[in-house]
Amino acid sequence: MNPRDHSLLGTDQLSASQINSYLKLARQMDPRRPKPLLRGKRVVLLFYEASTRTRTSFEFAAKALGATTTLITAGSSSIEKGESLIDTGWTISALGADVIVMRHPNSGAPYLLARHSPVPVINAGDGLHQHPSQALLDALTIAIHKKSFRGLRVAIVGDVFHSRVARSNAHLLSRMGAEVIFCGPPDLVPDISATIAHGVTASHNLDAALQGADVVMSLRVQQERLAGKQISVQEYIAHYQIDSRRMKLAKPDAILLHPGPVIRGMELTSEVADGPQSCVLEQVANGVKMRMAILATAFGKGRA
Amino acid sequence: MKDLLISEGRLIDPASNIDRDMDILLRDGRVVEVGGPRSLDRSGVNVFRAKGLIVAPGFIDLHVHLREPGQQHKETIATGTAAAAAGGFTSVCTMPNTSPVNDSPEITCWMQAPERGAVVNVFPIAAATLGSMGLELTDFAALKDGGAIAVSDDGKPVLDDAVMYDALRTAAALGLPVVQHAEDTRLTAGCSMNLGPTSFRLGLRGMPNQAESGVVERDIRLASELNAHIHVAHLSTIEALCAVRKAKSAGVRVTCEVTPHHFTLVDNNVGEFDTNYKMNPPLRSTNDRRAMIEGLSDGTIDAIATDHAPHAFHEKQVEFERAAFGITGLETAVPIAITVVHHHFQLPLWRIVELFSSNPARIFGLDGRGTLAVGSHADVTLIDPKKKWTFDASQSKSKSRNTPFDGWSFTGRAVATIVGGKVVYAE
Repeated sequence: MNPRDHSLLGTDQLSASQINSYLKLARQMDPRRPKPLLRGKRVVLLFYEASTRTRTSFEFAAKALGATTTLITAGSSSIEKGESLIDTGWTISALGADVIVMRHPNSGAPYLLARHSPVPVINAGDGLHQHPSQALLDALTIAIHKKSFRGLRVAIVGDVFHSRVARSNAHLLSRMGAEVIFCGPPDLVPDISATIAHGVTASHNLDAALQGADVVMSLRVQQERLAGKQISVQEYIAHYQIDSRRMKLAKPDAILLHPGPVIRGMELTSEVADGPQSCVLEQVANGVKMRMAILATAFGKGRA
Repeated sequence: MKDLLISEGRLIDPASNIDRDMDILLRDGRVVEVGGPRSLDRSGVNVFRAKGLIVAPGFIDLHVHLREPGQQHKETIATGTAAAAAGGFTSVCTMPNTSPVNDSPEITCWMQAPERGAVVNVFPIAAATLGSMGLELTDFAALKDGGAIAVSDDGKPVLDDAVMYDALRTAAALGLPVVQHAEDTRLTAGCSMNLGPTSFRLGLRGMPNQAESGVVERDIRLASELNAHIHVAHLSTIEALCAVRKAKSAGVRVTCEVTPHHFTLVDNNVGEFDTNYKMNPPLRSTNDRRAMIEGLSDGTIDAIATDHAPHAFHEKQVEFERAAFGITGLETAVPIAITVVHHHFQLPLWRIVELFSSNPARIFGLDGRGTLAVGSHADVTLIDPKKKWTFDASQSKSKSRNTPFDGWSFTGRAVATIVGGKVVYAE
C-alpha cells in the first residue's frame, strides 16, 4: 500500500465521489457509540502549533474507534532540539505509529512528511495552506441542512488571505458545484484569491456578498493581522462585521458557520453567533464524526 | 604540452564575426592559428576531430556560488569547477557570499590559488560592502588588484541610495561593473516564492515583481547619472526587463543576465512544495517567462548565467518556507539553452554562443576571452547541438543535487571543454 493513497493532505486532491464517501461515512459515525474499527491501532497527534478543538476532536475520534493516541507537541519533544521533520516522521513510524495527524505552522509541511513517511499522514492544518478536516466537517454541516451542494451560494467572510479554512473550503465547495464568494477588505481578500478554484469570486462589499447566500461562513479576524494594513479595527467592524441586519440579506434559511474560535464583537456580533441560524456548535460536534470517518478511511476502513 | 588542433568543426566566434567550418590551433594556452578546414599543418600536434560539432569560444558563467571558503559541505572550488567543465564552461565568476564574505583582496587571491584545485578559470566577484552588510564600501581598487572582476553583494541587495551611489561612482572610476541582486527586501520579508495565483493557493507569501523592478529602476537612474556600469543579476520580471530595454536605448550602461530556470520554468512548477523549485528571484509567471525569451531574442538580455547555488540535502529537504533558496545549474544551463532557446524558440546557435561567451567577456572586461581570434586564450567549448541525452543528477560533478532538472531529456550539450589549451572535460 502506498501510504500517500491513504493520506489526507488537501481538499484540492479530493474527487466529488471521495468527498461524498467521507460525508456518507461520517453520517454513520457516532462518538457515543464506539466502533472498534481501529482497535490496537496507534494514532500519533503531531502538533507543532497550538490547537484545542482540532486536536481534541481527532483524539476523541480516534478513541471512539478504539485506537490509542499519543500527543507530541513541539515544546516537549526532540523537535525542540532541532530534529528535522523528516527524521521526526521516520522516528514516529519506527516507534510503531500507524497514522500521523499533523498540525504545522508552515504551509506544505504535511506534503514533505507524506513524501518521506511510511505511514499515512492526515493534515490537521498547515500554515496558511489547508485544513481539509475542517472543510469536510463544514461540508457535513452543510449537507445536513441543504439538499445539494450544486448551485449553493456560499459567502466566506473575513481574513481569507491568512485562512487555511477558506482555501480548503473553496476547493471542496467548488468541486461539489457550489458558488463561493470570498468577502473582506482588499488586504485580506486579494483579487488573486478568486483564482483558487472554479466558481470562486472575490468581493469587497459585504452586503452584496451576503445577498441571497445559502451559507454564510465567517472567519476569524485577528486584530494583529490588521496591523500595518489599510483598514483599522473600527473600519473592519463597520464594513465587514456580520450583524443581524446583514444576516437578513442572506436567504431566510441560510446557515451560519464559523470554524472557531469566534472573536465576538469582531467578525460576528453575539446576536448572530448565538442566533437561530448559527451552526457553530453543531460544527464542533460534526467535527468528531468527520474525523472518525477520516481516520477510518486512512486505515482503509472507508466502507464501514 | 603538445599543440592541439581542433579540426573540421563549425567555428562560431561572434566577436570575430565568424560562422563557418574552420580549424584552429592551440599552443601554449593561446589560439595561434585559424584557417580553413584541413588547411593547418598537423605534424606533431594532437588532433581533436570536431566533425558535426560547434567550436565556440569558452563559455563564461557570470554568476556562480562555489561556497568556498566556509561552506564546503555544499560545494568546493574543485567540485564546482568540475561541474562547470562538465557543463561546458571554461570560466566562472564566483559570488562573494562565502563564509567569511569575500570582501578582502586576501580572500579574493585565496580563491584563485592553484591549491583550490580549480579546473576552469575562476574570476572572483568581490563584495561591494564590508561583510555585504550594505553599509561601508570595500576597497574596490585593492580588490581589483587582487583579481576581482566586479563587485556585488549578491544575495543581499544594496538598498541604501547613498551607498549604491558611492559604489557605482567608485566602481566606474576603476572600470568595474557593479552587479546587483535586485530585490527590495522590504517587500519580500517572509516570502518564499513569486506572488501570484500559485502562492495564494499554496498559502505561501509571495514576492511581487515590483520588489525587483523598483531596485532595477533606481539603479539605472543612478548609473545613468554617474555614467557607471550596472549589471542586473538574474533578471526575472517583465517590468525590470522593460526598464533595462528602455535604459539601453537611452544609452545607459546597463547590462543584464537571465538564468535558464527563469526562461524555462514558471511559479506553478513548484507543484506540491517542491523545494528544488525554490530560488531567489523566484520562478515567475508565464508572462514573465515569455518576456525573458523575448529579451533573449531582441538582445535586451546580454547573457545567460546559472546562479549555480548548491545546497546540501538537509538544507533543502525541509519545510518549503524554511528551505534554502537556490538550485544547481552548471551542468544543465547549456543543454537547456540549446533545447529551449535554440530548438524550441528557434534562436540561432550564433545567439546562444554570444550569450555564453562574447557578451559575458565584454560585460566583465575579460580580455582575450569570449573569442577565438588569434592571440586569445585557448578556452574552447565544443557543442553537439543535436545530441539527445538525459540529465541524471546523481551523476553530477557538483557536491549537491538540488536541481529541478533531474531526469530531464535534452537535445544538445557541451561534449568537450578546453581551458588554456588543455581538455578538462570530454564526454
